[in-house]
Amino acid sequence: MIEIKDLHKSYKMGSNSLHVLKGINFSVEEGELVAIMGSSGSGKSTLLNILGMLDELDEGSYTLDNVAIKNLNETKAAQYRNKFLGFVFQSFNLINYKSAVENVALPLYYQRVGRKERQEKALKYLEQVGLKEWATHLPSELSGGQKQRVAIARAMAAEPKVLLADEPTGALDSTTSYEVMDLIQKINDAGNTILVVTHEEDIAQMCKRIVHLKDGVIVEDKKVEQVRASQYV
Amino acid sequence: MRQLFDSDTWREIFQSIGKNRLRTFLTMLGVFIGIYIYIALSGAAKGLDNGFEKEFETVARNSMFIWAQTTSKPYAGFKTGRRIQLKLQDAEELRRQVPEIETLAPRNVSGVFGSSPGVITRGIKSGNYSVFGDFPEFTKIATKKIYDGGRFINDEDIKQERKVCVIGERTQKELFDVEENPIGGYLEIEDVSFQVVGVHKFSGGGPFDNDSDIFIPFTTYKKIYNTGDNVAWFTIAAYDDADVIKVEQDIKANLRRIHKVDPEDEKAIGSFNLGEQFKKIFGFSNGLTFLSLIVGIATILAGVIGIGNILLISVKERTKELGVRRALGATPTEVRNQILIEALFLTLLAGIIGIIMGALTLKGIDVFTQDVDLPYTNPTVPIPYVIGSLLLMVILGVLIGLIPAQRAVSIKPIDALREE
Ligand SMILES: Nc1ncnc2c1ncn2[C@@H]1O[C@H](COP(=O)(O)OP(=O)(O)OP(=O)(O)O)[C@@H](O)[C@H]1O
Ligand SMILES: [Mg+2]
Repeated sequence: MIEIKDLHKSYKMGSNSLHVLKGINFSVEEGELVAIMGSSGSGKSTLLNILGMLDELDEGSYTLDNVAIKNLNETKAAQYRNKFLGFVFQSFNLINYKSAVENVALPLYYQRVGRKERQEKALKYLEQVGLKEWATHLPSELSGGQKQRVAIARAMAAEPKVLLADEPTGALDSTTSYEVMDLIQKINDAGNTILVVTHEEDIAQMCKRIVHLKDGVIVEDKKVEQVRASQYV
Repeated sequence: MRQLFDSDTWREIFQSIGKNRLRTFLTMLGVFIGIYIYIALSGAAKGLDNGFEKEFETVARNSMFIWAQTTSKPYAGFKTGRRIQLKLQDAEELRRQVPEIETLAPRNVSGVFGSSPGVITRGIKSGNYSVFGDFPEFTKIATKKIYDGGRFINDEDIKQERKVCVIGERTQKELFDVEENPIGGYLEIEDVSFQVVGVHKFSGGGPFDNDSDIFIPFTTYKKIYNTGDNVAWFTIAAYDDADVIKVEQDIKANLRRIHKVDPEDEKAIGSFNLGEQFKKIFGFSNGLTFLSLIVGIATILAGVIGIGNILLISVKERTKELGVRRALGATPTEVRNQILIEALFLTLLAGIIGIIMGALTLKGIDVFTQDVDLPYTNPTVPIPYVIGSLLLMVILGVLIGLIPAQRAVSIKPIDALREE
């Protein structure tokens, strides 16, 4: 599903250059649930943003679902993001003047799905995250956990090949975090490929594979016995 | 284009402009005021224009009056202070020498300019009225509304020196009974019996006009008052495209030559140039129209720039939201168009409200000044001007919208998302 080879990325700041990713080799099969760990500043978000085509790599190759991701213009990148990828952010990034269901429907709007179908699909995904009753509420009327579930529903609505989550539980308390992880596990159970960046060991243990980043390289990559989040909920 | 006609686009736009009403309102205020001022001012200018036009509709625009006085300089053996008398033959000469003259009507009068008024009697009724000796051409310069059934003096009247007359409304009122039809009736001017052939409606405005006058054929006048070929003054209309001031000077120069007056003698020939006065008056309302155009365009421009500015701020405020949209698959074109349509929509909406309010104000002024004696009629803004100003706003709206639109997509999605 995902294949990266010898990936390099540095940030240029004036005359200085900060080499963040220094040769990453890494692949993900369909249906995997991967945790990316590492200390702060180790380049986890940078990696995820490149995978998400929000940022460009400097060197190396990236193949997503057998499509080489290279030299994309912004329009093409937008279309690929829309078609292949779902994003979940630490700070939810819901649009504050849109109701829950309108937020979920937004990627479908950019897919040019008709209004009625959009509404139906969005409601279906809201129901899957258990928030059907909250469909018409604005984000400001939802709790953090609820917001993140809306964000997950939004990421899933476009039926992406890969779900990318950057610290999805970073802003949540542990109970709510487990609820969100429970949801992510269920989505993964349904066959979706998911990458989760996290700081927290317990969250990482709820994935099926843990990749450790340190100083811009992968220092550890191991399969783990998945801990089910449902037991804590 | 697809986006422009997509109801979803509009839903998105309404949502985003509706979420911050104050900002939307302020955005629109500038353009609204601009177009409002433009419409109200240029409509008022048009109203003034119409008003003057109506006031003077009975008189040819580029007309003038020429009369003779006494010389103020000795010349060719003549002493100063010589009285000059205009002659009928002068008219022929002037027509030949000054091709810009369209119509020339020699006139005589008794009853104004110090001469004694004509005594008119009809049975036991009598009164003093101004009696004019006129050619039919006169009505080409100062139109006289003749009531139904009547007519003005014609060429046959002149040729046959007929004893016919056209009377004013007041003359009719004073000499005829209310139910009496004056046409065909007789009255006596200086003991000579005249038949009434027309009654003219009084229309104020033209100089030397009043409603107690009587017009008789020039040739008949000459006989009754024994004036020979003397002419009191010429009423002259120049062609529309002629320069009235130059025509006036030419005429006066010719008359000075004919009557052997020093070419430098400004006093000998008197004149009143109505055309010049008209020019001043219409120059004023043209100036007002021009001013309103300038003020209007400037304020619209300022308003549109204001919209651009506020949209720029709004785009900055929304950087993160736009980043999210792009992460979710919005292409740069879609983002750009959304901002552009927003700018266009706000500009047009503000403009249309401004036009409507401006039109209502004009209507209000019109109603208000209905009973007031002001040269102000039917203040309207020509449709092409309205369409023109709308077009201007569309163009400016799009152009100014391009700046925030470009800004919205110039930032990478990842940087947009990082924005706090
Ligand atoms: N846009 C940028 N410009 C310059 N430097 C950057 C930029 N983004 C990240 N960095 C730097 O690159 C390094 C890696 O950042 P990154 O966000 O990938 O770390 P991270 O592993 O996600 O850390 P955290 O756990 O704190 O989120 C950091 O040193 C950071 O300061
Ligand atoms: Mg990070």
